[in-house]
Amino acid sequence: MSKVKPVNHAKAAEAFLEDAPHLTFHDERLWDMRQKRDQQMHLLPEWQDLRTRASEIKEHTLANLPEYLEQFEANAKKNGIHVHWAADAAEHNRIVGEILEKHNAKSLIKSKSMVTEECDMRAYLEPRGVTVTETDLGERIQQLDDQMPSHIVVPAVHKLVPDVAKIFAKNYHTDPDEKSPQALAESQRMAARPVILSADAGMTGGNFLVAETGTFVVCTNEGNADLSSTVPNLHIATLGIERIVPRMADLGVFVRLLSRSALGSPITQYTTHFRGPQKGGEMHIVLVDNGRSARLGMEEFWTSLKCIRCGACMNTCPVYRRSGGLSYGAVYSGPIGAIIDPTFNERKYSTLPFASTMNGSCTNVCPVKINIHEQLYKWRRVLAEHHELPFVKREIMHMAGRLMGQPTLYRTAINGTEVALSTLPRFVLYNWLNPWGKHRELPHPVKQTFHSWYKENRLKKGKAQ
Amino acid sequence: MKIGLFIPCYIDAFYPNTGVATLELLEKLGQDVEYPLGQTCCGQPMANSGCNSDAAAAEALFVKNFAKYDAIVMPSGSCAHHVKDNFDAIPQTDEVKHVRENTYELVEFLHDVLKVEEFPWAEFPHKVGLHNSCGTLRALRTASMSELGEPFFSKPMDLLNKVKGISFATPRRPDECCGFGGTFSVTEEAVSARMGLDKVRDHHDAGAEYIVSADTSCMMHQQGCAERGGVPIRFIHIAEILNGARA
Repeated sequence: MSKVKPVNHAKAAEAFLEDAPHLTFHDERLWDMRQKRDQQMHLLPEWQDLRTRASEIKEHTLANLPEYLEQFEANAKKNGIHVHWAADAAEHNRIVGEILEKHNAKSLIKSKSMVTEECDMRAYLEPRGVTVTETDLGERIQQLDDQMPSHIVVPAVHKLVPDVAKIFAKNYHTDPDEKSPQALAESQRMAARPVILSADAGMTGGNFLVAETGTFVVCTNEGNADLSSTVPNLHIATLGIERIVPRMADLGVFVRLLSRSALGSPITQYTTHFRGPQKGGEMHIVLVDNGRSARLGMEEFWTSLKCIRCGACMNTCPVYRRSGGLSYGAVYSGPIGAIIDPTFNERKYSTLPFASTMNGSCTNVCPVKINIHEQLYKWRRVLAEHHELPFVKREIMHMAGRLMGQPTLYRTAINGTEVALSTLPRFVLYNWLNPWGKHRELPHPVKQTFHSWYKENRLKKGKAQ
Repeated sequence: MKIGLFIPCYIDAFYPNTGVATLELLEKLGQDVEYPLGQTCCGQPMANSGCNSDAAAAEALFVKNFAKYDAIVMPSGSCAHHVKDNFDAIPQTDEVKHVRENTYELVEFLHDVLKVEEFPWAEFPHKVGLHNSCGTLRALRTASMSELGEPFFSKPMDLLNKVKGISFATPRRPDECCGFGGTFSVTEEAVSARMGLDKVRDHHDAGAEYIVSADTSCMMHQQGCAERGGVPIRFIHIAEILNGARA
C-alpha cells in the first residue's frame, strides 16, 4: 500500500462547524430537500414499489452487464454514434483529448459530470491547450473557486451568496458585495453565453444509457446540457458503464424516482434523449470503467453500482449536513461516497466509513435500495482486516475486547467508579477522554453500580424481594 | 419463562437507576428475572469499530451467561440490535442461535411478548420528547420510519400512552440521529456533539421537559451536550417512567 495519508474528515468537519452561518444554511437547505423528497413520496402511493422495481432492474442489469453494454454499443453505432471504451481515468482523458485534437478543438463547454471529476479531466486537458468551461452554475462556481463539487447534485451548496459574489468579482469583475442571487446568476449567464456560442466542442455526462435503443438520457434543471451538446457540432458524452438500463420502458421507473429523490421535484426541467449526432455533427460516447468492474466483483459492495447519483443519501445524512461535502476529500462525498471511495484508494479513504453513525436513514431514502449503512459496517471490518485502522484505535479495541471477555478484571475496572467517579473512567474511553469532554459534559458520578446494588438488594439474605 | 437481565456497561456504571427500574418493572409484571453476575458487554463497541475478532471473547462470555434463559432482556436498543443482527464473531452454534433469537430490547419485550396492557402504578405528569435510537427505530423497527412513509406506529409511545398524565412534544426532526454513534462520539467528536446539541434543542423548542428513550447511550451523549450547551432539559429512561418514577 502506498504512503498516502488518510483523509482527516473529523478535522475538516470541525473547521466546517465553526462557521455558524454556513453550517446553518447547509443543514437547513439539505434538510429542506429531504422534506420535499418526503412530500413527493407521499404523493405517490407506489413509491416503495418503484424503489423495489428500480433495484431489481439495476441488479438484473449489473448481473448481465457485458451483454447489455454490447447491445448498447451495437445500437449506438447504428445510430451513428462513435463508442469508446475507457478502462480507467487515464484512458478516458486520453480518448477525450484525442477526439478534441482531431477536431482541433480548443474550447470545450461541458455540463455536469461526476465521471469527468472522477477522472480529473480538466487538469489533463488544460495543460494541453484546451479551455474547459463548466456550464452548470454550481459546477462553474466550483471550477472558478478551484474546488471539487461538494454535492453530486448541488455542487456549491456549501457556499453562501457573499462567497459567490466574491468569486464572480474576481473572475467577472462584478460587484464583490452583490447580494442578489438573481443578479449573480445573470452575470454568470452573460459570461457564459459568448463562450457557449463560440465553443468548438461540447461535453455532457449522462444519467442513463438505454441498451435496446443505443440512446442516452441527460437530466438537468438549467438546460445547460442541451446548450453544451447542441451548440457546437461535436458532442462528447461520458458515462460510467453502470449507467445502463435494458429498455426504454425502464426509464419510466428511474425518471420518476430521480428528481423526486434528489430535489423533491417531480421531474427535472430538462430530460433529453440523445439519439444520434445532429446534422453535420459528430457524437461520441466514452464508456468508463475506472474500477467499476472490480467493484462488481466485490461480493459485499457490488450493489453500490446501482447508484443513480441522486444525492438523497447526502441530503438525509446528519453527518454530511454538518460536515460539508469537501470534508470527505473525495469526488464522491456523503454516505454513497463513503462506500465507493475506498474502492478507489483503500488507505486514502479508510476514514470515511467511520464518518458515520450508521443510523440507516441513507438506506431508507435510497431510490434503488442500496443498503448503504450495512455496507459502511462491512467496510469497517474489511478496513480493520486490511490494517487500515489507526494503530491506537486498533490497540484500544484489542484491549477492550480482552477486558470484556474477563468478568473479574472487568468488575475491578468498573468498581473504581463507585469510589470516586469525578471523571469518566479510562476503561471506557482510554485516551479518547479529552474528545468527549471538548463539547460535552461527562456523565455524573453515582454512588453505586447496578451490579453492586443487585448484590445488596437481591442476593443478600433478608433483603430479597 | 426465566428471564436473564443484561445491563450494559454504561448503565451499570453511570445510570444504575435505569437498571434497577428495568428489574423492578419486570418483577412487578410478575416475571422471574435473574441478573447473571459474570456479565460484561455484548461486543458491540469492538464490532462496530470493524474489529470483529476482538468482539469474540465478549460474545462468548455473553452466551455463557445467558444461554440458560428463555428470554434475554436489556434496556438498550443498540445492544439488542448487535446481539440479534451482528453477533457473528463466534461460531453460530445452537446455543448462540438460541441466545440471538431470544434477545429482546425492553420495549419490544413489554409490547410484543408480555403484551402489557397497563401500568397502574405509573404516572408522569410531564411533557416528554420521545427519542427513538437508530438501533430501535431502523434496526429493531419499534416505530415507523419517516423515510418510508409507512403508516404511523410506535411501540414505545403505545407503552407511554398507558402512563397517567404524560403528554408528548413533537420535535421538527423526530427521526434524526442524535450523533452518539458509539466510538463516533469520540473519533468525530465535533460533528457528534453538534448533532447532539441540535437534537436537544429541537426537543426543547418543541416544549419537552424531558427526553425519554429506550437507549441510555444516546441520552448520556445528549445530556452531556445539553449541559454544556445550556439547554434546560432532563433525561429519563422509558423503564423508569413505566416503573412509576414521577420525575
